[in-house]
Amino acid sequence: MITPRLLRELAPQVLGVLVRRGADFATAEDAVQEALVEAVRRDAAPDDPKAWLITVAWRRFLDMRRSASARAMREVTVTSRPPAGPTEQTDDTLLLLSRCCHPDLTPASAIALTLRAVGGLTTAQIARAFLVPEATMAQRISRAKRTLGGARFQRPGEVGAVLRVLYLMFDNGFAGARDRGDGIGDTDLAAEAIRLTRQLAAAEPGDPEIAGLLALMLLHHARRAARFDAAGDLVPLPRQDRSRWDTDMIAEGVEVLQHALARDRLGEYQAQAAIAALHDDAPTAEETDWPQILEWYDELVRLTPGNPVVALNRAVAVGHVDGPLVGLRLVEELDPGLPRRDAVAAYLEERAGNHAAAARRYAVAAETAASVAERAHLLKQAARLNRPAH
Amino acid sequence: MAKYLLLKHYRGGPRPHPNAEASMEQWTPEEITAHIDFMNRVADDLRERGEFVDAQALAPEGEFVRYGGEGRPPVTDGPFAETKDLIAGWMIIDVDSKERAHEAAAYLSSAPGQGGKPLHEWIEVRPFHGGPPVVE
Repeated sequence: MITPRLLRELAPQVLGVLVRRGADFATAEDAVQEALVEAVRRDAAPDDPKAWLITVAWRRFLDMRRSASARAMREVTVTSRPPAGPTEQTDDTLLLLSRCCHPDLTPASAIALTLRAVGGLTTAQIARAFLVPEATMAQRISRAKRTLGGARFQRPGEVGAVLRVLYLMFDNGFAGARDRGDGIGDTDLAAEAIRLTRQLAAAEPGDPEIAGLLALMLLHHARRAARFDAAGDLVPLPRQDRSRWDTDMIAEGVEVLQHALARDRLGEYQAQAAIAALHDDAPTAEETDWPQILEWYDELVRLTPGNPVVALNRAVAVGHVDGPLVGLRLVEELDPGLPRRDAVAAYLEERAGNHAAAARRYAVAAETAASVAERAHLLKQAARLNRPAH
Repeated sequence: MAKYLLLKHYRGGPRPHPNAEASMEQWTPEEITAHIDFMNRVADDLRERGEFVDAQALAPEGEFVRYGGEGRPPVTDGPFAETKDLIAGWMIIDVDSKERAHEAAAYLSSAPGQGGKPLHEWIEVRPFHGGPPVVE
């Protein structure tokens, strides 16, 4: 039998070969899934597992096309001889990712499809990561593939949509794996996003934004162990135990970022990674280089004009550089419905010494927190400030 | 994607639509069958869209229970008062937006009642807490 680990690695490669041979993405993905099932059923591993999987998947693809054609009373247009294509050693990561992350798909569907077609995860693993029944996830993936059937494909060179999906996979990744700790969350979406972005960066070494996104992920992921305390409570960046940060991962992130920045084609992911790197570089929260962080936020505002989340985070940096009241004024100009707006305002009020106002705003922020951990953290901040000083 | 709880109530909630005023025992058996079939169809449609997570119905009876203190039995209070807000069941969905959650709730609320007319019953829609984002 071929090991699950090897199958997982080979599945996207085999899919890439089929798609390059001209197979439509959705049918090819089904064919690869069937070939994987066949591989698992075999007692002995074939000499060349990849070649074997390509042969089986291609045969399954032809069968599917024939039966589809027969149903539709159409001519069979596919020959059984594989057409000549580019060398099978080509890295198809970007080709496959740009299919899975097509803008016609919702981010959630794109993430699910990416995890299966490029990440090589099973539908059951993806379902567990999203905490939905396997049948629901199977439907979500097949609907996504049907949507792709009618979509026009962008050129693989257009990576923006791919990076956005990988970013969302990473940013939402903590929930599934962490919140339960019961062994069920065997799919770590953040780690998976890093793996895929690393693979993409290796395939497309010339794109500084891919490298920027990889650096951003590494520089945040490095703080992972410090983000929750022993009781499982969320620990905000200024209070994290920095000795628990992964220094190797930070070093790698910084190196990836420096290479990207050296190309002198700045983008939003590189700028965000630069901010993360400056935070990671400070031995203590007090030693954070806020003036330089603010400069990067100014770059980020220029790169993503009108982005309210950037404006909110920039207000924190302004609060540290020009004083909390200046930062607060910027926060008050933002849409009251913006997530985390009250939490940021509370933080700045406290820095300004307005403890009663800070407590009130922490309590308001807790009402609209997006997660249990955030809510508990914000309530404790309010409670701490409400206690009379000793 | 975000998960939402769609709550169906036996009682409680805002003032009911005229179509939802009669309680189910006043309907015909066929009307009840049609209503339940519709509910199952909603669940099937949500499954087919890749949005279904769970659905359960609750019996109307039950009681409140609380800790009675060290070494004491649990304290109970029940049956429920006639005026109490009473949950009949729930559906959990995983959808792309709040708008889509509202659309699904409205679909559920269009279930047929007496005379096959849509019930327009109130569905309580509650977002789940998710996980905190990684990028601060």
